[in-house]
Amino acid sequence: MSGLSVRTATLLALALIVVLAPVLFPSSFYYRVGALIFVNGLATMGLVILVGYAGQVSLGHAGFVGIGAYACALGPVYLGLPQILCVVLGAAISALLAFLVGRPILKLKAHYLAVATLGLGILIYMVIYNEGWLTGGPDGMDVQPLGVRELLKDYGIKVGSSELWYWISGVVLLVGAFVALNLHNSPAGRALRSLHDSEVAASTIGIDVARMKLTAFVISSVYASVAGSQVALMNRFVTPDVAGFIHSVELLTMAVLGGAASVMGAVVGATILTALPQVLTVFEDFEHVLLGLIMMLVMIFLREGLVPSLARRMRRSVS
Amino acid sequence: MAPPPPNNGRRTDRQGWHMSEFLQFLFSGITVGSVYALVALGFILIFNASGVVNFAQGEFVMLGGMITYFTYAAGVPLAAAAVFAIVVTCVVGVALNKLAIEPARGASVVALIIITIGASIFLRGLAQVVFDKQLHRFPSISGDDPIAIGGATILPQSLWIVGGALAAFLALYLFFARTLTGKAVVATANNKLAAQLVGIGTNNMMTLSFALAAAVGALGGVLMTPITLTSYDVGLTLALKGFAGAILGGMGSPFGALVGGLLVGLIEAMTAGYISSEYKDAVAFIVILLVLFVMPNGLFGRSALERV
Repeated sequence: MSGLSVRTATLLALALIVVLAPVLFPSSFYYRVGALIFVNGLATMGLVILVGYAGQVSLGHAGFVGIGAYACALGPVYLGLPQILCVVLGAAISALLAFLVGRPILKLKAHYLAVATLGLGILIYMVIYNEGWLTGGPDGMDVQPLGVRELLKDYGIKVGSSELWYWISGVVLLVGAFVALNLHNSPAGRALRSLHDSEVAASTIGIDVARMKLTAFVISSVYASVAGSQVALMNRFVTPDVAGFIHSVELLTMAVLGGAASVMGAVVGATILTALPQVLTVFEDFEHVLLGLIMMLVMIFLREGLVPSLARRMRRSVS
Repeated sequence: MAPPPPNNGRRTDRQGWHMSEFLQFLFSGITVGSVYALVALGFILIFNASGVVNFAQGEFVMLGGMITYFTYAAGVPLAAAAVFAIVVTCVVGVALNKLAIEPARGASVVALIIITIGASIFLRGLAQVVFDKQLHRFPSISGDDPIAIGGATILPQSLWIVGGALAAFLALYLFFARTLTGKAVVATANNKLAAQLVGIGTNNMMTLSFALAAAVGALGGVLMTPITLTSYDVGLTLALKGFAGAILGGMGSPFGALVGGLLVGLIEAMTAGYISSEYKDAVAFIVILLVLFVMPNGLFGRSALERV
């Protein structure tokens, strides 16, 4: 990578993808799939920071996606807030929850942490599912629109919902990537990545291990929450499944498939797992079989994930 | 989990505390607790031998119940169907070890977690395709006439479940304490290299623990289905509750798993009875979190030092 840092290269590549992909879109359906990919990519980037950088696993991240989604569903109805503030409110609640729960939970190691985060995610899901008077329970609830399309219409610009959300989620994704990439090379990011290899070693050189883990957990919860808000606003409807265990597992699989420590990998993983069910509609019944199979195969044969493995192969063939 | 038996002579005013009501919750707690104990036993079997936490343990229970149902529905006698289900689940357990765990040797704990979660989702998805998405049950072993005790009732099948958990515990206890093979598994768990050096085939020991864990899980599925019903997606919740039991018991001895599983079942039944049945499933997680924060080694575990 002569002259061009990984950071600039990744950002440029992502920007090019966002801008140029629509050239190939024959219908607005493709804009919708593109928007879903970007939204999932954003949530997955949060996991890149937590799993890839800091080496902490989370099996409950969909819980934060659910908080972001339901903030946009409930905020306008109960608090009369405009949607944009609901996105912020959801992110704030997610961050606060991650902060409060994170300190005790992140003391746990490996599978204990996995089970604790899984429990956290399921508790959030359970509250959304059971408190039907507030959330509509399993039936879900409608979400008021963001209002951007009406605003644009006043200026005489007409844009379809899918197209609009493609561009919004694309820009948010780029912002998320910018933050994640900067974090990677900052002192805080290096401290985070040192945890990944050995927490004991990190603490002996003066890194506040508990604080770094908590930072990663809080940041990744905000990514997930903003992604959830976008899904809710785009679909104009939410159900508790958005916070469910399978969704948590899907996000984690996207992260490890693309490469848990790679921002580009997050987008690649999100692209594959989001597009696959759209392309292979015949295999709808086999969705879980495939998901499970991908998880096992990646961890056995491609432990670093697609993007880092390919990058290494390319570097080797160049030299 | 267990539907409350018919309301024979049970007082229904909720003004005060009633012995019969308490007994009823106690019986239901012991019943589900025994299922959790079987799951917890499977967990520690694999964890002890390989250090792997097998998130697919609940799928073994699901397979036990589902395979029994579909074999029985095809006209095979119930007992034979149950044995068949346990054997097939054993084969699945061995395949899981050979195809997914062994090839990933040297993988990080996070990678192993993802592998076993992947296996869990794979098996659940496969069950959904091969079988169906319906709830199923097959007849109880000794009929469905409730036995009245102290104003409460218990189903004969509950006694079978409790007996099954106790028998599995006893068998495993004797296996580890009295047989050479069992001691070899313990040796593999304690120090793999040292075990290899004294001539123990450690790979075989790992395969054996997966087979045993699968069998114990499938036994749980066979016993619980007449009461709790089964479907392709029961595995995950069971795995988590069993895991809560295993953690509570200290993640080590079969005795700890038995007591831990029973306690989780009891706490859950009491919560459902006296506090909220909607949030009874939250109990397992609160137990997990409390145990991990307050006494990370569980009730019977030993503290371990981290090697750097």
